[in-house]
Amino acid sequence: MGKTLYQKVWEAHAVRELPDGRTQLFIDLHLIHEVTSPQAFAMLKERGLKVAFPHRTFATVDHIVPTHDRREPFEDPLAQAMLEALRKNVAEHGLAFFDLDSGRQGIVHVIGPELGLTQPGFTIACGDSHTSTHGAFGALAFGIGTTQVRDVLATQTVAMNRLKVRRIEVNGRLAPGVTAKDVILHIIRTLGVKGGIGYAYEYAGEVIDRMSMEERMTIANMSVEGGARVGYMNPDATTFAYLEGRRYAPQGADWDRAVAAWRALASDPDASYDDRVEIRGEAIAPTVTWGVHPGQSAPVDGRVPDPAAFPEEERPQIEDALRYMKLRPGQRLSEVKVDVAFLGSCTNGRLSDLRLVARHLKGRRVKKGVRALAVPGSQAVARAAEEEGIAEVFRQAGFEWRAPGCSMCLAMNPDRLVGDELAVSSSNRNYKGRQGSPTGRTVLASPLTVAASAVAGRIADPREVFDLGGAHAAD
Amino acid sequence: MPPIKEIRGRGLPLPGDDIDTDRIVPARFLKTVTFDGLGDALFYDERYDEEGRPKDHPLNDPRYRGAEILIVNAGFGTGSSREHAPQAIRRAGFRAIVGESFAEIFFGNATQIGLVCVRAAPEDVAHLMATVMERPETELVLDLAAGELRYAGRTAPVFLPEPVREAFLEGRYDPLEVLLNAMDRVRELDRRRAAPGKPGLY
Repeated sequence: MGKTLYQKVWEAHAVRELPDGRTQLFIDLHLIHEVTSPQAFAMLKERGLKVAFPHRTFATVDHIVPTHDRREPFEDPLAQAMLEALRKNVAEHGLAFFDLDSGRQGIVHVIGPELGLTQPGFTIACGDSHTSTHGAFGALAFGIGTTQVRDVLATQTVAMNRLKVRRIEVNGRLAPGVTAKDVILHIIRTLGVKGGIGYAYEYAGEVIDRMSMEERMTIANMSVEGGARVGYMNPDATTFAYLEGRRYAPQGADWDRAVAAWRALASDPDASYDDRVEIRGEAIAPTVTWGVHPGQSAPVDGRVPDPAAFPEEERPQIEDALRYMKLRPGQRLSEVKVDVAFLGSCTNGRLSDLRLVARHLKGRRVKKGVRALAVPGSQAVARAAEEEGIAEVFRQAGFEWRAPGCSMCLAMNPDRLVGDELAVSSSNRNYKGRQGSPTGRTVLASPLTVAASAVAGRIADPREVFDLGGAHAAD
Repeated sequence: MPPIKEIRGRGLPLPGDDIDTDRIVPARFLKTVTFDGLGDALFYDERYDEEGRPKDHPLNDPRYRGAEILIVNAGFGTGSSREHAPQAIRRAGFRAIVGESFAEIFFGNATQIGLVCVRAAPEDVAHLMATVMERPETELVLDLAAGELRYAGRTAPVFLPEPVREAFLEGRYDPLEVLLNAMDRVRELDRRRAAPGKPGLY
């Protein structure tokens, strides 16, 4: 019987079984940021411990950085204090830190891959649930709490339960205008937001195989929205081509050895899975959420669902979601007015996201009255976007072009919704109040749908607004 | 770590599935370098309106003041890995949560800080919630040794993974001491395993 990548990577990192039945798992790469690390460093100090393996922890600052005015001190003294705390902690423990003046700062899940820190076969932990993003490289990557950040700093290990593995094959082809974001929103709607609890998701199939690394990252990123703490793709030629030559990727003879080892990590053809699901690419439409969790979604050209169509026990939750979203059952989604368009985040703030949108946005204008933000995921993305003229396309179209950070995804910085504004957002969570206003409303969508909606001033189908037909939109 | 064998206290019902970590602690309260004071941020946007006036919420209901066991439905704690969520619950005075199911990262975070999360059958949760809503003064006894919850003359089985239950009973739920016991093997793995930017290990 063959093994899955999950099994192989798990076994290579198991230090031992713990008395409580969990496994002590070695962590190859630990990423930290300003929000979930300060308490961990404090706990370390309290116990008189040091960072055990400083060369395996890398830091950046992303959640709290303002994207409009980066001069220090920041307007918000709490944000400044968090940045100062991180600076002090990395200096004290000798950790690499991609600070604002490094030219390499960005959202932790954007810079890890970009710098080649993220590699196949690694175990990767970070105090952030979207660490699942790095699974796109065939890594076993997961979010941890602050007490576990302490554990990794102190021991380079965590106590973990082994997960089951569900293989999700997306086969066939995607229709024009359908992107990786639509694929993962469709998967989450199909399997449910609790469907992945206890599982790692292995994404495979023809559609996934054809995807770029950045598209795969979008999918792996939102695994956790489906309840799966881990999501991954098997490494292949696309993975290796992406990594080659990156700053922290292996070089020279190491590179050749690494590629051979990485190839062998892929799940064996005869591996057994705890569950298998197949999804047809043709069945996936550009998808938007209408509710208050990422599983409450529908095709963009569809309607707000009628709670009466659901089983009785599900109705109260759906009615509550519609009340919060101020949507009517049966209402066409395309009638919903948009106040804000947000393009960015660890889900969709990469160069290919911006490139794709810019190609279609050129010559169009954001509708009057819509506040539109484009926020590159990293300083490297921002630089490339300037060089390629993409940033200028966004500015010309009426988007505010901002500096890299988490921005409006979770509003720990000045970018936030006001009152009950409705945002079409390329981010990953549409929870109540997520974007900073307790009554703010979030509609999750692909970057293309965000741009189409910004232009139309309402939730809009990118296939209509951008006249997409024939070719795969993401080609 | 003190062993946790039994938790006695009153309950506070928080009905609804998929209550996420952004609701438990809105992100703006994460702008802090400590967990101190987080108890006040618990469910802030559901407890207070935009002017800071208390809304109708069980946490504002004087009948539930001093409750120590939270009662929830399915998928509690879904969303982010922020440990601020269980920390806020703990610091607001709760020592246990009884619910239909919990999100994975939340469950792990809660366990490590000694906040006990146990599952119960949906019909048992419904009965418990109804009882506590009707009679908030009801004393609940969560007996981890017996794996049951007793209240108002009723006994309901509760579930949690056996090793986690034992860890609570024996006071081993924070694993750091145990993790530190294997540093020789960890150092050996560190020498062998590839690390970013470190040549010769591939």
